[in-house]
Order: sequence, then structure tokens, then C-alpha cells
Amino acid sequence: MSACALRVFLQRAAVTRKAAQQTFSQTRAFPQCVTGSYTHSKGINTLTNSLRAEEKVTVHFLNRDGKRISVKALTGESLLDIVVNNDLDIDGFGACEGTLACSTCHLIFEEAVYKKLGPISDEEMDMLDLAYGLTDTSRLGCQVCLRKDLDGMILRVPDVISDARVDSEKESSTAPPKV
Amino acid sequence: PGLHCKRPWNILRERTFFPPAELCPAYSRVRGLSSSSSPRVCIVGGGPAGFYTAQQLLKVGNAAVDIYERLPVPFGLVRFGVAPDHPEVKNVINTFTQTAQHERCSFHGNVNVGKDVTIDELRQAYHAVVLSYGAEGNRSMGIPGEDLPGVFSAKDFVGWYNGLPSNKELHPDLSFETAVILGQGNVALDVARILLAPVEMLKETDITQNALEALAGSKVRRVLIVGRRGPLQIACTIKELREMVNLPNTRADMLPADFEGIAEALKDLPRPRKRLTELMMKAVKEGGDDKAEKCCGFRFFRSPVEVLAGADGKRATGIRLALNKLEGSGESARAEVTGQLEDVDCGLIISSIGYKSIPIDPAVPFDPRRAIVPNEMGRVQDTAGLYCSGWVKRGPTGVIATTMNDSFDTAHVLIQDMEAGKLDLSVNKPGAQAITALLQTRGVRTVLFSQWEKINAEEEKRGKSQGKAREKLLDVDEMLKIAWS
Repeated sequence: MSACALRVFLQRAAVTRKAAQQTFSQTRAFPQCVTGSYTHSKGINTLTNSLRAEEKVTVHFLNRDGKRISVKALTGESLLDIVVNNDLDIDGFGACEGTLACSTCHLIFEEAVYKKLGPISDEEMDMLDLAYGLTDTSRLGCQVCLRKDLDGMILRVPDVISDARVDSEKESSTAPPKV
Repeated sequence: PGLHCKRPWNILRERTFFPPAELCPAYSRVRGLSSSSSPRVCIVGGGPAGFYTAQQLLKVGNAAVDIYERLPVPFGLVRFGVAPDHPEVKNVINTFTQTAQHERCSFHGNVNVGKDVTIDELRQAYHAVVLSYGAEGNRSMGIPGEDLPGVFSAKDFVGWYNGLPSNKELHPDLSFETAVILGQGNVALDVARILLAPVEMLKETDITQNALEALAGSKVRRVLIVGRRGPLQIACTIKELREMVNLPNTRADMLPADFEGIAEALKDLPRPRKRLTELMMKAVKEGGDDKAEKCCGFRFFRSPVEVLAGADGKRATGIRLALNKLEGSGESARAEVTGQLEDVDCGLIISSIGYKSIPIDPAVPFDPRRAIVPNEMGRVQDTAGLYCSGWVKRGPTGVIATTMNDSFDTAHVLIQDMEAGKLDLSVNKPGAQAITALLQTRGVRTVLFSQWEKINAEEEKRGKSQGKAREKLLDVDEMLKIAWS
């Protein structure tokens, strides 16, 4: 597929995801993204962005293949928004589109950065508990919003359960059960 | 060489563009145009495994992927398994829709692989075939009385409230006070929650109207969720447990005796297991609102041994449970019989002990003990060009994300094999064009994705008039009529 067509394909996917995200944030109460001295719900994030003085910060993703992807993003955006908006090549990221119904936006933070993040809700922790390779500095990307003081942070994309590495007997004792 | 077509398709200089056959009538008359650089892959099963495998295959290289599905409607357990009050989990349908609409992907519904077309015929038409047909059967309890009226598999009960056509005549009798569910996984918790949730919580979801009406008139007030082993082995996850604990007008009905020794074990548990156990213990301690009209509880260390019938022997009126003790600890602890028995009066028994894959074609190897297609990392044993992904590959456990990663793995292995020359891509393969023609000679007409979208629009329209997310069509013939209108 041509690069142009691929970008269109992913952009269409991104638009649909964002639309779905907005629809569902109207029906579920989401943790608020705190930006500077104000808060705004994820649902109206994209609508009110243009009215605020956002700042650009740089974020580095360390992908599963070891490659570093650096992006500039706006404060207030969630880490899932950043991956989607920049079409980052991270397999299977954000399957539930930011509605706390999966753990595929699992990211590992540097310890110093992790300590600066906002509080983690029970809802987020419930889903994070299902993430493969859970660490003490893990969070779900859809629940973490970018702030100025997170400029330059490095986010590690964790490995996922892979048939090649884990045999089925072992996996059945650690894998989460059916949804 | 290129494809000459009166329609204004983009014809790229280096490669020939293949429009979906449905949109280009002239195309179906042209034969053998696939160049050696465009592999054709067939996927059997239009659920999460099928779509995620397709998605990954389409991302890399220039493969054309065709998805075959038995029902006229796609998405498998995302549509028929996920609980109606968990709509966010169904968001993956958006990404599946994008995949189906990809220029190199086509969906073909209403095709029963194994009956309408064989795996060998598919293997002749494609360079590779991926089996992603999931687990349509269920594990039976293997106890006397299991076939009495009043006993259902969770698979059928879930299919009933989720509009699976083959379960539309289930008519479960909900006029009894107590329901017993065997099994303590998330499916069991979903069933319990749907039985006890206030109708207000369900009436705007995509639950079927007949299920909603049956539940509105339900007399079920008490649900017991029974497991062979102890609280530390419970298979459900904390999100579902929290929903049960927070269910309005429902108090917890637990046995403190089942939790002896659990508090002491807490400190050594990994965080996910620890939080889950702490939440259960909180429910034991607090009990819940005494004024609540309904109750729900776990019963541990119990295995079903017999379904008891009433005096006339005509239907289930109770269940006999054997009491177990635990040997070992942690995830690998085993239940051992003690000889003690306990009878529970109940009129609704739901067995939620696992789904099970079945063989669909004698040409495909099948392991009846594990009920999966034997494979090595997704390559079907002893059968070049045949692969598998999802539950038919690994067994019926895991959340959608587990199946997603598994499907990505199979796709990567397939791509590796293509690049290593293990599949002969120099041979032209006709793909869907040949299969559709073959099906036509057998009187089988397929449902294309754009035709599913007509069914989708109709369901949303009917739902809107009832204030619901959608009203699912329950009848395959009605689905086909709308698809082909």
C-alpha cells in the first residue's frame, strides 16, 4: 500500500476512534485531564483546545523493536491521543479507544516522572492489573495527560504476550480470563 | 499489463489495482490477473481473531485478504459475547470496520466453511488459509440431569440475551427465586449481573427486546456463583467483581467459612490477585444493604454432581454439589473430593465452565483432548499453507486483547513464511472470485460488508425508536432479505 494511502487509512481510523471516544465520554465519567490551573473533561478536550493557550512538549516513545519515536504534542492531550494523532506505529495500541475497557495502552514511565503523575483511579488500576509485564511505574496511556513538566519524558512500550515466547500451560496461569 | 475497466479506478504504474469484485462487474470475468507480488490470503471466521489477523496482514506487504463468516453479520463474540452493558468493549468494531473497508480486504458473510465450501477448495484458491473460527461449542458438566429443562450453558444464555440467531428460541424460565451458576469466570459474572441488574440499567443497551421483557418479568432474586476451588483461584477479574459489589438493590451473600485463612495469604499475593481478594473480603465483611431485595454470592469448594428433578421428573428443581478441599496453593491448587454433599434448591442452572472449539472439516488436524487445531506458533501441524489464530489455536480463554496479540503473532509467522519462500507465491491464485463463483453453483450467495452495513443501519434505526443502542435482528432470513434488498 502506498504511504499516502496508508496515512489516509490510519487517519480515517483515528477520526473514527476520536468520534467514538467523544461519544462514549458523554456516557461515562472519565478522570479529568489536569492542565495548568484548569481541568476539562476528555469529551470536550478537542473542542476547547483551540480556545486555550496549549504548549508543545516533546515526548519520546521507546517502541518494542527498540526504536525511539519522538513527537511534539500539546499539553492536555492524553498519551493515547498522541499515539493516535501521530499515527505512531505501535501494534494494537488503544483497542478500546480510551474507555478503560482494555489494557493495550499500557506504558512504562521513568520512576521520577511516574511520581509526578496525577492520582490513579480504581477503574484505571482494575484494567492496569490485567496488563502483561506490569511494573511499579506502569500507567494506562489513555488516563495520563500531557503537562509542561513532563517535557522530554521517555515512555517505554511494554512487550505483549507472544505465543513464541510463552508456552500455553504457563500462560493460562497468568493470562486474564475471558471478557 | 493492467486491468482495463470502464470504471475510473486508479491504475498504478507498477502494480495492478484490484477493486473489490462487487463494485466492478467486468472484473469477475477476467481471469488470473494476480501478479506474483500479490499474495492472496483467506481467513475463516469474522470475529476478533479473523479481523486482527487480517489487519496485520494488510499492514505489511501487498497481500489481499478475504474474510469468510458463517453468519450474515460480522464480529463474532464482540457482537454475541460481550455483555450489553459493556458497550466500550465493543469499540473494537470501529477498527474492524476500517479493516473490512480496506481496498485489499473483502468480507463474505453467509458462508459456512466446511459445508458450503471445503478447506481444500479454499487452499486451492488462496496462497494461505487462516482458521480463526473460534469456539462455538461448550464444555459439558458431564453429570446426570444436565439435559433437564431449566439447565443452560452460559454460551446459550449469553447468546440469548445478545441476539445470536440460534439461541432466539431459548425461552429460559425466569420464574424461580434462585439461580445457580457453575463457574466463576467473567462470563459467569456477566450472566449473574444481567440476571440481577435493574431493568433501567439495561433498557438503553443493545440487549434483545425479548430478553429485556423476560428479565423485566423475572422472579429471580438470588444468584449463587459456584466454583470448584477457593477464593484465591477465582477466575473472574476485578472490574466485573466491582460491578457485582456495586449493583443496586443487591447485597452480597457470601460464606465467611469459605474465606478462612485468606487474610493471612494476602500479603504474599501479586497486586492484581491481592486487590481482587481484598474486594471479595470487603464484600464478606460488609455484607451490604439488608433492605436489598436481591442477593448474589459466591460458593467455593463445590463441584456439581447431579441436577435434581422435581417429583414429576420433568424439570430441574435443584442441584447437588460435592464439597471439596484444596490440595496445593495458588493458581495450580487442585480440588479434591471430601465425600460431603450439599443440595441447593434452584430453578435455573447455568453452566459456565468454558467454551469449546469443534472440528469443521475432516481435512484439518484436530486435537479432541485440548479441542484446538494442533499448531506450532500458528502454523497448523503437517499442513503447509494452513494457519490458525484466536481461540481455535490456543483454547477459549483470554480477553479481546489476548486474541489480538495472538492474531498478530500468526500474521507475523505467515508473513515470515511468505518472505522465506515457504508459500509458492509465483503461482496465480484466483481468490474470492473463484470461491464466490463456486458458491453460486451451490446456491450460496454471500453478504458483502456494504450489505452488512444495511443490516447495521436497520438495527440502529429500530433501536432508536425504542431508545436503545440497536435492536438486533434475530432471524438469519430477515438479515439476508435486508442485506440483499
